[in-house]
Parts: sequence; C-alpha cells; structure tokens
Amino acid sequence: MEIITSAKPLFAILVSLIATILIIITGEKARNLREAWTIIASIVKFTIVASMLPDILNGRVIEYTLLAITSELVLQFKVDAIGIFFAFTASFLWIITSLYSIGYMRGLNEHAQTRYFAYFAIAMSATMGVAFSANIFTAFLFYEIITVSTFPLVAHKETPEAIKGARKYLVYLLGTSVAFQLTAIIITYNVAGNLNFLTNGVFHDNISHNLITLTFLLYIAGITKAAIMPLHSWLPAAMVAPTPVSALLHAVAVVKTGVFMIVRVVLYIFGIDILKSLDLGTVLAYIASFTIIAASVIALRQDNLKLRLAYSTVSQLSYVVLGVALLSPSGVMGSIMHIVAHAFGKITLFFTAGAIYVATHKTNISQLDGIGRQMPFTMGAFTVGALSMIGIPPFAGFLSKWYLTFGALESDQLIVLAVLAVSTILNACYFMPIVYAAFFKEPKIDKHNLHETLDKRTLKEAPAIMVIALVLTAIGTILIFFFPSLFLQLAQIVVTNTTGGY
Amino acid sequence: MNLSEHSSILIVVVPLIASFLNVFIGLWRRSLCYPLFLLALVICGFLSIDLIQNIINNGTIRYKLGGWMPPWGIEYVVDHLNAYVILIVSFISLLVAIYSKRSLEKELEESKLPYFYSTYLLLVTGLLGITVTGDIFNLFVFLEIASLAGYALIAIGENRSVLASFNYIIMGTIGACFYLLGVGYIYIITGSLNMLDIAQLLPKLYESKVTLAAFAFLVVGVAIKIALFPLHRWLPDAYTYAPSAVSVLASATMTKVGIYVLIRISFTIFEPNFSKDIIPAGTILVWWSTIAIIFGSILALGQIDFKRTLSYILIAEVGYMVLGVNLGNKEGFIGAVLHILNDALMIACLFMVTGGIYYYLKSRNIEDFVGLNKKMPLSMASFSIVALSMIGIPPTAGFFSKWYLIIGAIKAEQWIAVIALLFSSLVNAIIFFRILEKIYFKKGNSTKDINVKEVPVSMLIPILILATSVILVGLFSGKIISSIIQFTVPGGF
Repeated sequence: MEIITSAKPLFAILVSLIATILIIITGEKARNLREAWTIIASIVKFTIVASMLPDILNGRVIEYTLLAITSELVLQFKVDAIGIFFAFTASFLWIITSLYSIGYMRGLNEHAQTRYFAYFAIAMSATMGVAFSANIFTAFLFYEIITVSTFPLVAHKETPEAIKGARKYLVYLLGTSVAFQLTAIIITYNVAGNLNFLTNGVFHDNISHNLITLTFLLYIAGITKAAIMPLHSWLPAAMVAPTPVSALLHAVAVVKTGVFMIVRVVLYIFGIDILKSLDLGTVLAYIASFTIIAASVIALRQDNLKLRLAYSTVSQLSYVVLGVALLSPSGVMGSIMHIVAHAFGKITLFFTAGAIYVATHKTNISQLDGIGRQMPFTMGAFTVGALSMIGIPPFAGFLSKWYLTFGALESDQLIVLAVLAVSTILNACYFMPIVYAAFFKEPKIDKHNLHETLDKRTLKEAPAIMVIALVLTAIGTILIFFFPSLFLQLAQIVVTNTTGGY
Repeated sequence: MNLSEHSSILIVVVPLIASFLNVFIGLWRRSLCYPLFLLALVICGFLSIDLIQNIINNGTIRYKLGGWMPPWGIEYVVDHLNAYVILIVSFISLLVAIYSKRSLEKELEESKLPYFYSTYLLLVTGLLGITVTGDIFNLFVFLEIASLAGYALIAIGENRSVLASFNYIIMGTIGACFYLLGVGYIYIITGSLNMLDIAQLLPKLYESKVTLAAFAFLVVGVAIKIALFPLHRWLPDAYTYAPSAVSVLASATMTKVGIYVLIRISFTIFEPNFSKDIIPAGTILVWWSTIAIIFGSILALGQIDFKRTLSYILIAEVGYMVLGVNLGNKEGFIGAVLHILNDALMIACLFMVTGGIYYYLKSRNIEDFVGLNKKMPLSMASFSIVALSMIGIPPTAGFFSKWYLIIGAIKAEQWIAVIALLFSSLVNAIIFFRILEKIYFKKGNSTKDINVKEVPVSMLIPILILATSVILVGLFSGKIISSIIQFTVPGGF
C-alpha cells in the first residue's frame, strides 16, 4: 500500500478549532459574521476532506505524525478508506446542519448562541480526529474530547431537566470510557505492545483466549457512544439538547463515532480471524440483535417525536454493529454503507422534528394530525427519511439492508436474518402511523382555540433556511441510492483489505 | 570562584539568609520585604535550572560541605531525582509567591507580612534542604525546619486554623520522632549518617531486627508526614483553614518532598531488593496505598468545602505516588515520579483557583460556585483544564502518569490497584463535573455574586501558567521521561 505523508488530516481537524476561536471573539455583537465563520469552516473542512478522496480511491493511504508523546503513545493520523468514508459523511452534513442551526437558533431566539456554535465546531473537529486516528490512543483522545465538548450542547437549555440529561450523558460516556475502554487499551498495549490500527489486528496468536475475550468485551462496554444495550440510555437523555445537536451529533457525529470505533476495533485491533476463531463475532451479533429489536419495541411506545427518533437511532446503530459482527465481506460492506445511509435518513428525520417545533412548538406525535397540509415540504422529507429507515427502494437505507441480508446469509446466521425482517416491520410500525396521521388524518379540533385550528389548513412552514436544509438531506437520501458508487468503492477497499474480499 | 559549582548549597543558603534579612528589613521599611522575598525565590529558580542542566550534562553532583570528607562531614548529593524535585519546589514556590501578594491582602494584617515572608522562605529552605542533602540526620533537621515553618504558616489562617495547626503539630512531631528513631537505629548499627555510606554498610545487616525496626520507623514517620491514609487526619483541617497561599504551597510541595524522602529511604539507603525480597514492605505499601486511593476518593466526594475536597483528593493522589513507587517495576516508578510533577501542578492550580474564588466571593462552598464562568472566565477555563487532567483525559498531564501507573500495576499483577486507580478517576469525574456544571450551567444566585470578578492579574498569571503547563507537560511527558525520569529509576527494576 502506497503511503503519502501530508498534513491534510491535521488541517481538516484544525479548521473548526480556528473557527471556534473566531466565533468566540466575534460573539453576539456581530451575529452574521459569527455564523459566517461556521459556514466557512464547514465548507473548508469538507473541501479538505474531499481533496483527499482521489488518493484514497486509488488505494493510497495518507499518514501524518503530529507528536510522539512517548515512544508508545503517538498522536498520529492515518486517512484510509473507512476513515475518509466517515469524515466525508460527517463533514458534508455539517455544512447543511450549519445552515439549519442558524434558522433554528434564530427562529427560537435561543440564548448563548455563541457558546452553541463554538462547542459545535470543537465537536466536529474531534469527530474528524476520530475518523483520521492512526491508533487507538489518538482515537481515545478525540473520543473524550467529543464527550466533553458536547456536554455544554446537551446542557444548553440550562433547565434542571437539561442539566439532569447532560449529567446522565456524561456519566455514561465518560464513566464507561475511563473505566472500560481505557482499561481495554492498556491491556491491548500490555499484551500486544502495539496500539496501531492494523488490517489483521494487533494480537498475536499466542495470547490467552480468555484475555482476548475480556478485552473485547471491555471495548464493547467502553465504547458507549455506539449505544449498545444496556448502555444506551444516555441517548434518549441527550434529547434535551437543541434539535440540530440531536440531528448532527446524536444521529451522525457522536453516535457514528461510537459505531465507527467498534468497526475499527473489530477489524483493525482484533481482526476477523481471531474473532472468528473465538466466536466473539456471534456474541456481538446477538447483543446487537437484541438491541435492534428491544429498542424498536421501546420506540413504538414513545409519544415524544424526538424520543421515538432516539430509540430508532439506538436500534439502527446496532445494524452497523451487527453487520461488522457477522465478520463476512457483505456484512462489513452493509455495516459501512449503513453509516452513511442512516446518517442521511436520520438527520432528515431530526431536522423535520426541529422544523415542526420551530413552526408550531409541537413535540408529541399525538399532536401531529393533519400537519402535512400545513408543512408539506417538511413532512414530505419526513416520509423520505422514514422510508429509508424501513429500507425501501429507492432510498439509501435499502442498500445497506441489502448487503446486511447478504452478510447474514454468507455467515449462515438465520437468526440475524429473522432479526432484520422483524426489525423492518417494527420500523414500519413506528414510522408509518406518523406519516399517515400527518397527511390523512383531520386536524384535531381544539374548541378553545378555534383560530389556530383554522390556521392549520394554511401553509405554515419553518424558516426557509431550515426547510432547504431538510429537503437537501432528503434528496441526498435518494441520490445515494442512485449514485452510490463513491461510497461503495470506499467500502469495497475496506472489505478487500480486512476480509480478503468476496 | 565558579558559582555554578556551589549551586547545590546556594539553593538552601539563599532563602535562609533572605528569611532572616526579611525580619530586620521589615522593622525598617516594610515595602522592601516583598521585593527581597521575590528576589530570593527568583534566584532559587535560576539555581534549580542551573542544577538540572548541570546534572543532565555531567551526572550526579557530590558537594562536600566545608570541605569535610564524607562520611564524617555533611555531603550534598544531587542526582536526577533531587534536581527534578528541586525544580518543582522552586518553581511552585515562586509562582505561589507571585500569587500570594494580592491573595494575602484580604487574609492577613499588613503588619504581619514580613513575618509571613520570612516563615515562607524558611519553609522553602527546609523543603529544598531535604531534597539536596545526602545525610539522613541533616535531612531530619531540614524536615523540622520545614515542618515548624509549616505549622506557623497554617496557624496564620482563619480562626479554626490554630486548632488545625495544633493537631498537625502533634501528628507531625510524632512523624518526625519516628523518623529520628529510625535514624538513631541506623546510626547505632552502622555508625554512619551518610546515605551512600549507609547503603554500602547496610546489606550485611539486613537480617538484623534493628534494621527492620529502623526501616519501619523511617517509613511510618514519612507516611505521617505525607498523610498516607489512615494517618491523614491532620491534613484536611490544616489545608482547609490555612491562608490560600499557604494551602497552595503546602499541598503542592510538602507531600511531594515527602514522597521523595520515601523513595530515598526505600531505594537509596536500602537496596531495592530489601523492600521487595527481604521483607514484603513493597507489597504492604501497595495495599496500603490502594486503600488510601479508594478512601481518599470516597471522602472527597462527601465534602462541601472545596478546599476540603481538594485535601482529600490530595490524600488519594499521595496514594497514587506511594503505589507507583512500590509496584517494583519501571513503569510504576516512572508513573509515580511523573505524577510528582503533574500532581504539584494540578493541585497548586486548583488551590489557587479556590483562593481566587474566595478573594471576592468569601466562600469556598461548592454550592456558591454557581454561574462563576461569567464573572471569572479565565480562572474557570484554567480550572476546567486541570479538572480534565485530574480525571485523566489526554492530552493533559494527568493522563500520562496514570497511564504508566496502571501499566505498572498490571505488570505487577496488582489488579485491585488497577481498579482503585480507575475508580479514583471516575470519582474525580463526578466531583469535577458536578462543580463544572454549577460553574457553567446553573443559573446564578443573586445575593452572593454581586461583587465577584476576575482575580487580580498577579493572581491570575500563576493560575494561567500552571494550567498551560498541565497541557504542555502532558504533550512533552515523553521528553521529560527520556531526559530526566528514566535516570531516577533504581537499579534492578
């Protein structure tokens, strides 16, 4: 594999850190300039990430060593196919989310907007850091920075409820990462003497199987950002955050960091061979299967729209985990594809939830009867997102489900096949009633407030900038289905390198 | 005469002379006291840099006091370990001196200032003396100078500090007596007080009961001085009620110097294999310090007064260092020595911020910290950085010492110690995020915070320097280890 040395990954990380400083300096006095920094940073970041694509697609790898803190703890970046896959998705969606955020924050006249944009930029910086980490130490460092920098975003409203949610968020994410993930990393270092992500894993053959099993379980328990049950309940708690935060961070950046790290650990720390021989993939697959079903069932019972979306996220994240746990080429392929498919679909859904809230201040599903007539673009996008989640063509979600199903067949896991089928039905059960109610049910007549009821028949969308953002992501969901070649190529490189191809 | 040759003695003599001068100058012209005080500490800072450069380039320095040949005369022996600790002590005491100017304004009558500066310099003299000397009795003398100055400085504080200081005197004196008894036993059987000399004479006498008793007295004596749980009872009161500047100095330097003495006893006076193979002292201390870590952390959780919280955290951190020293492998030892530096920086910064909050708010109660980020943004930013380091989040310094300590504990197969270290990180996370939450997200209460603003510049600068160095030391810990700490690891590890 050809290796190029370039500081581009570092620049991709630094861009939004510099933006943070500019945002803080500019502050509330010049709001337009402050927002301009965010937009510029997001575009520059995306451009830098995109400029690395051609090299990666040609099978090259970009490396950059920032600092060797000690001989074994090195801050090092490596851009490979899976890293750029994640970074590309996240940095692209940051541009759209930035637009959406501006509409949302101004539409609601939120307080502490400077803090909001500043920490948002730090979180995106750290997300790039995780995507481009060359070893688990660097990844851990950025993983923790994400946790800490998103804490102020979750606590944004500063109400007792928000602080309670943020506290839970922190206890779960920071607690498990220090207690389990760090321990796992230290054990890895002790037995393997190497923390780098290698395509065949770092463990030698002569290491005790019990120790490997223990380390594997510690990693799974320590990467709580993947929201694998039973360590998932921070994610619904984080829904107290403003909706753009839920949309980009708790549907894309933060949670995808979690599943991305799981994929990294499975493929590049342990390697497929060792996990296959110890049958640990199956264990992980069953845990993920349980999460998929259980979270979907819980989602059915939620009336709060954002909570339903949160449980749906918990369930969908485990698709990614499940795919890689199958340890088969198609499984890995499906797993990686689901990172982008779910990202586009779920961000659209969260965007619509936010748009509904800004336009009507409604948060519950039972209040949404007939809202489709009032907000046709928003609910149209919602329908696209929902169908993609269910996995119907021509939406992105179909692609990943297709590969996942193949993966289940390849590794003869009929139970997994059943899980996928049941989960599809459950997805339909908790999404379709919303679509149905929005378009086909009559608005509830509120006798005390007749004027408002009459209003419901006229067009009343959220601010244009928000609608544009959510329509764009909805279109993205469709475009990925028709033009998936970029993503497929990248995923293909990962599959070839780690599993030896089909 | 080449001054550099004498820097190991000058670093003790300069603050000692300045201390006496200060009293007399104070009688004549009080305004000159502070410049003199600062000058002495700046000179100490330069001398400590000179020392460490000298040692990195030329190796161990042996300085014979008054030209008397050891083991009859007193000898100062400075190697990488002393030079490292001297550097820490000099710099922290200089920063605290800068900090103390404004901080004392509100906590001490002006007429007492010259005495304060003198006593402060005496404490520094004592600490530096303990670190440079190669003579165990001379060490006792400096230990007492430092302790007595410490008692006096603590008693200067608010009303309850007198009682706290009295408790400290009782415990401290018992500790000093134990140490002296140990020195006495060693003198009885070897007839020598010079550390290197004793180190050559002792191995033949390892089986003797007297040697065992001496070791036990020395270790327990030092354990009291460093407040190793459950011998810690004097510390929380003393450090809570002392003036802010004194809390900073004492917490950041006194326990660290104590750890240094412990290392000297275990690995210079006695050979490393004594506490490993001949008696299970290393194992006992590992368990002992594991308990200290766990209990220190738990007790820290329950405190309302933030200085008291910090005191208990310090007790847990002392456990870290004692643990690392006694794990009996290279990684653990490196972790402990690195933690001497990290802990000094972190604890000093936290106590300074607490003092800064107290400066306007007149409260150390955690409940009153609500909404402080708006009033004291820079102090609170520093506080946050150090809090992350305390939890052990990379790339702050705290992560790296913890990394080595945990690897050391795993290599030594001390699983309970591994769990204790992680447990204490988690407890720190709870403690600090509970406070950060108050500082950043709780709505301010209207009565108490009216006049609160950012601390004066001369208090803020040391805080910022410490917070920045927490990050820099973290990023360059590899360099620090390869140029200094790896040479401090005792042979046979």
